[in-house]
Amino acid sequence: MLTLILRRVGFMLFTMLVVSLVLFLLLDTELAGDPATRVLGQFASEHQKELWREEHGYNRPVMVRYFDWVGSFVTGDLGISNRYRAPVAEVLWPRLWNTAILGFWTFALIIPISLVFGILSGMREGSVLDRSLSVTGILTTSVPEFASAVFFSSVFVFGLQWLPGTSGMTDGFDPVQLILPVMVLVVYDFGYVARMTRASMAEVMTAQYIRTAVLKGLAYKTVILRHALRNALIAPFTVIMLQINWLLSGVIVVEFYFAYKGFGALLLEASLNNDVALLEACAMIAVAVAVGTQTLADIGYTILNPRIRFS
Amino acid sequence: MALQTTITGAEYGGALVRALKSFALLRESWIGMIGAAIIIFWSLVALSAPWLAPLDPNAVIQAFAKPGAAGPDGVTFWLGTDHLGRDILSRLMWGSRTVLFYAPIATVTAYTVGILMGLAAGYRGGLVDDILSRISDIILSFPVLVLYIIVIGAVGASGVNIIIAITFASAPGIMRIVRGLVLDLRNRDYVAAAQTRGDSDWRIMLVEILPNARGPLIVDACLRLGYVIITIGVLGFLGLGLPPPDPDWGGMVNETRQMAIVFPHMTLMPCIAISSLILGFNLLADGLREIALRD
Amino acid sequence: MNNSANGSGNGATAAPILECKDLCISYYTRAGEIPAVVDFSLTVQPGETIGIVGESGCGKSTVAMAIMQYMGHNGGITGGSIKFKGRDMTKMSEAELRQLRGSEIAMIYQEPFASLNPSLRVSTQLLEVPMTHENITRAEARERCMQVLRDVRLPDPARVMNSYPHQLSGGQQQRVVIAMGLLSNPSLLLLDEPTTALDVTVEAGIVKLIADISAKYGTSQIYISHNLGLILETCDRVFVMYSGEVVEEGRIKSLFTWPRHPYTHGLFACIPLPTADKNAAPLRPIPGQLPLPHERPVGCYYAPRCNHFKEGLCDARHFPMEKVEGDEGANHFVRCLRWREIDHHQEAPGGDPRAAAEIGDCCLEVTDMQKYYPVKDSSLKALFTGKRMRNVKANESLNFRAHEGETVAIVGESGCGKSTFAKVLMGLETGTGGEIRHDGVDIAEIAVRDRSNRQISSLQMVFQNPFDTLNPSHTIGAQIERVVKKFGVEKNKAAVRERVMKLLDTVKLPRDFYYRKPRQLSGGQKQRIGIARAFAGNPSMVIADEPVSALDVSVAAAVTELLTDIQREHRTTLLFISHDLSVVRYLADRIVVMYLGQIMERGTTEQIFSPPYHPYTEALLSAVPIADPEVTKREIVLDGNVPSAMDPPSGCPFSTRCPRKIGAICETENPPERQASERHYIKCHIELDELRKVEEVIHVPKEEERIRAE
Repeated sequence: MLTLILRRVGFMLFTMLVVSLVLFLLLDTELAGDPATRVLGQFASEHQKELWREEHGYNRPVMVRYFDWVGSFVTGDLGISNRYRAPVAEVLWPRLWNTAILGFWTFALIIPISLVFGILSGMREGSVLDRSLSVTGILTTSVPEFASAVFFSSVFVFGLQWLPGTSGMTDGFDPVQLILPVMVLVVYDFGYVARMTRASMAEVMTAQYIRTAVLKGLAYKTVILRHALRNALIAPFTVIMLQINWLLSGVIVVEFYFAYKGFGALLLEASLNNDVALLEACAMIAVAVAVGTQTLADIGYTILNPRIRFS
Repeated sequence: MALQTTITGAEYGGALVRALKSFALLRESWIGMIGAAIIIFWSLVALSAPWLAPLDPNAVIQAFAKPGAAGPDGVTFWLGTDHLGRDILSRLMWGSRTVLFYAPIATVTAYTVGILMGLAAGYRGGLVDDILSRISDIILSFPVLVLYIIVIGAVGASGVNIIIAITFASAPGIMRIVRGLVLDLRNRDYVAAAQTRGDSDWRIMLVEILPNARGPLIVDACLRLGYVIITIGVLGFLGLGLPPPDPDWGGMVNETRQMAIVFPHMTLMPCIAISSLILGFNLLADGLREIALRD
Repeated sequence: MNNSANGSGNGATAAPILECKDLCISYYTRAGEIPAVVDFSLTVQPGETIGIVGESGCGKSTVAMAIMQYMGHNGGITGGSIKFKGRDMTKMSEAELRQLRGSEIAMIYQEPFASLNPSLRVSTQLLEVPMTHENITRAEARERCMQVLRDVRLPDPARVMNSYPHQLSGGQQQRVVIAMGLLSNPSLLLLDEPTTALDVTVEAGIVKLIADISAKYGTSQIYISHNLGLILETCDRVFVMYSGEVVEEGRIKSLFTWPRHPYTHGLFACIPLPTADKNAAPLRPIPGQLPLPHERPVGCYYAPRCNHFKEGLCDARHFPMEKVEGDEGANHFVRCLRWREIDHHQEAPGGDPRAAAEIGDCCLEVTDMQKYYPVKDSSLKALFTGKRMRNVKANESLNFRAHEGETVAIVGESGCGKSTFAKVLMGLETGTGGEIRHDGVDIAEIAVRDRSNRQISSLQMVFQNPFDTLNPSHTIGAQIERVVKKFGVEKNKAAVRERVMKLLDTVKLPRDFYYRKPRQLSGGQKQRIGIARAFAGNPSMVIADEPVSALDVSVAAAVTELLTDIQREHRTTLLFISHDLSVVRYLADRIVVMYLGQIMERGTTEQIFSPPYHPYTEALLSAVPIADPEVTKREIVLDGNVPSAMDPPSGCPFSTRCPRKIGAICETENPPERQASERHYIKCHIELDELRKVEEVIHVPKEEERIRAE
């Protein structure tokens, strides 16, 4: 068990290291174009570029620069954003906080909705609820986030005029502006989690130990709560944890569409503006969050599953 | 035994007949039928766009026309025009060509790479498996869109680059599925029988194992086509898609979304188009899965 | 056995526990209503054990599920009644059923591991039974659980209570399930193939336990099995089912000694008995196959396969059971219109004797063969102590020979290394040491890819699982053709095809199977194709890994006979791997008994079946269920489980379970191989003279002394 956790954490650190190297090679070396040109633009003179390289230490060997970068990154120095002309950390943390709020409300809605519907329809395969959940799930997962953002805006912003069309939060934090972004994220994803929960529950309901439990004379409630749920919720737990990875993609689209000042929009902005230091920091954080939750999901899975825990 | 009497020579009449027969299976799932119908509809539109489209998709004619408005020379803008004055219906039709060209090519490329990796990892096992699995773990640990933004940001947006990026991001997932199926199938006795008669590894992988993995893979391919279409749309929407002016559904949304408050049709139309196409693939996948579960 | 079970024959003083009357059960599928069980009637008296026997698809498990009123949403009772202590269960509400289930009626299942909840401790799963059905404190319930766990002879009940199911072995899991059934002291226990998933020696322990329990708790039992031998060992009365209906019922002794229905005769003629071998009394397979429910004929369902079928009589209408006159207490009934006319002596098991096949020169010589698997121990402890790699000894110093035309059986329970040996022999794995000489060449360390076409084609294999043996994606013809082409038996396209057709003839299948896909074939037919494929390259030796263990008795008999016929014709050496000593006794000329990777005893079939025995062979023989009431056995029940091959005991591998252990030497030293007579070796610390002193385990009465001979 301890071995397993250590191995997972070790692999997580290894992944982060590999990812940092790949990112560095891709963004900060000549491999995919001259960084000086990218920062200063196509029309900068060779002299300007050379000066810039000298100033930012780009004339040192690649490996030296890489270790220098990793070293300062680990110690918390994320570099300077050349678009915001400010330390990356200062730009990044408030944006990350905003995205965390968005993510929190999304999960706060997805988890109960999809678990309840998933379990209820998995309990009675083929029922009306089951079939409508299945069709709803297919429908909602077929509409990409930007499309559902357009649809919801047409209805609630332009049509009914109930909700604001952007979520810039220009006059301070306004919860109403969160409604549409959260709605888009929830609608796209709940179908998937619910279908996974349903599949897991349906499989457990056909298991022989459920028959054993029923034929012991237990009440239906006990059969479901004690015998079915414990096994049926192991798979959705992993699925939900892994949705954080998906959410990091989803927030980019949603924040871009609704002009929400979050981490996803920042990452996109950094990429479109060749803000290398900012992009590196954003990408590393995104990967760290993704790999971290995966590691937690794996560890949680072993804790939930006694077959692995005690072997 | 009831099956015995129904077998006729036609069953062995070649690949085309078999393909038609398996298509006929779809009749058993109305969900799958609807999905197939949507896909066929868009495929026909894409194939015949040059003849079907009423106007040149890039011709600037008359800006901000509402759906159904009449234009000069007696043309009608059935779905209106965009802010630059291009006919939206024609752009949608040509846009379907873009997506139905790149999505299948990207999916097939990703599948080729993923299947080869999965077969090698699952059947050979050992070091090959360790290395391939670790590489895919690392790629899969990236949030997909972050990966696309970084890769496309670094290498630039073009058709080929989009295919490469999609292959790079999807092949590990396909590899995992194939690997799982192979790990199960390679322990079957018919594989042992092939091994005990000294068949080569490649023959065993391609002739004995792969055909038996096709069921789950076809369902997954349908779903994945849907995801790839979403990806192409999202990249276009974020301004990382194919360079203008050729029509691309995601790009159309991006270009016109600022005007949506006054002219909602400009963004709504491409959104409806892309959602319906993805819905087609998802419905087909669900139908196929349902049929597979039944037998 | 219990005397209260004489039933209505002698006055019916006690009220019956369970009464099923004219029960009809159907399943509803997309193809329409499928009648699974027709006109099923059964009465269970207090303390009585009823056996229901039949092949798969005969409806025996459906009956059990109907009694539990657990039919799933696509099954239903279409007629008749099920009365439990006088109350009709078909009319009960869910709440009333809940009060019966688990408290009055309990069930024991085929696969113990699947029947236990993997994520709850055994204690939780046991405690909830008394806590649900009785007003009882947790402490009392716990005390009761411990008591019952002791009753089912589980060592260390406290540890078992605290375990998760996967931490117990298969036998222990089944004991837990049995304990769960007994907790509330039910009046009726349903056992659905409770030992099918277990090893032979473990099965013997469970069977004994079940018999003891019915005596101790006075519980009535319904024991469902496909194995006539097990039914004989456990039951008072037996019901034989065929295609959804009972064809014969009666007290064990009467039915087993004087079967009256042609199908029952057929079943007995299909199982190898310890009296029989393949030359003296060949099996007589039942022709044809079980009809699908919607293809059942009018009249007698067995008619299409019956030798005594009479047109106009048997196919006129459906008819009821008839009472067999004679022993009144036997309550012997049969569903046959011609039972009085049939000469039942003619129907007794055993076909016409045939001459033994000629045995040729030695063609396989195994000398000190070893196969070790390196296993990586990835725990932290191993990392610190540096012992990261260790060897699992799957095969340790194997020695034996096989001759041309001979059948050599390798017998052992799961994990004994018999399949590993087959893999090395086939070249799927390479041996770690020693030699395997086949036709004079040592092939132990030559992987299949390095063998010549000649070597590969001369050694072929028949596999265990009929559903796995053929590739579902390719036609039968293509799969056999591949072998013919690969080994260059025929080159020309037409000749290859003709050869495949001939092979189909050889395995007695119609030639149009050439075009079929495997899913259109039944299990037995698939196994025949597997045999055709193995013989397609004219092998000199065929390895058959449990080729019939997954098949029904009547199908298995036909496949076994086919295999021996082809072997006899081609003078092929057959290496038969099996866990079933009765099949081995029937088929083999020589037997190799394996336990945890080592050969414990080897010799001719007669030598193995008579003293001196290795103590393990002795236990194995005692564990074989035999469907002949006149055969007696010495009872040797082994304690404990087969140790894990990953962590075998030191010294003699059998020392942990051996009932004849002589002392510390068994635990420290690997025993010597002693030669008892020519080519008969026993690997044991006990002296041969001592081993000779025991009686035969299986005692078969002489033919003229038999009751049946009268």
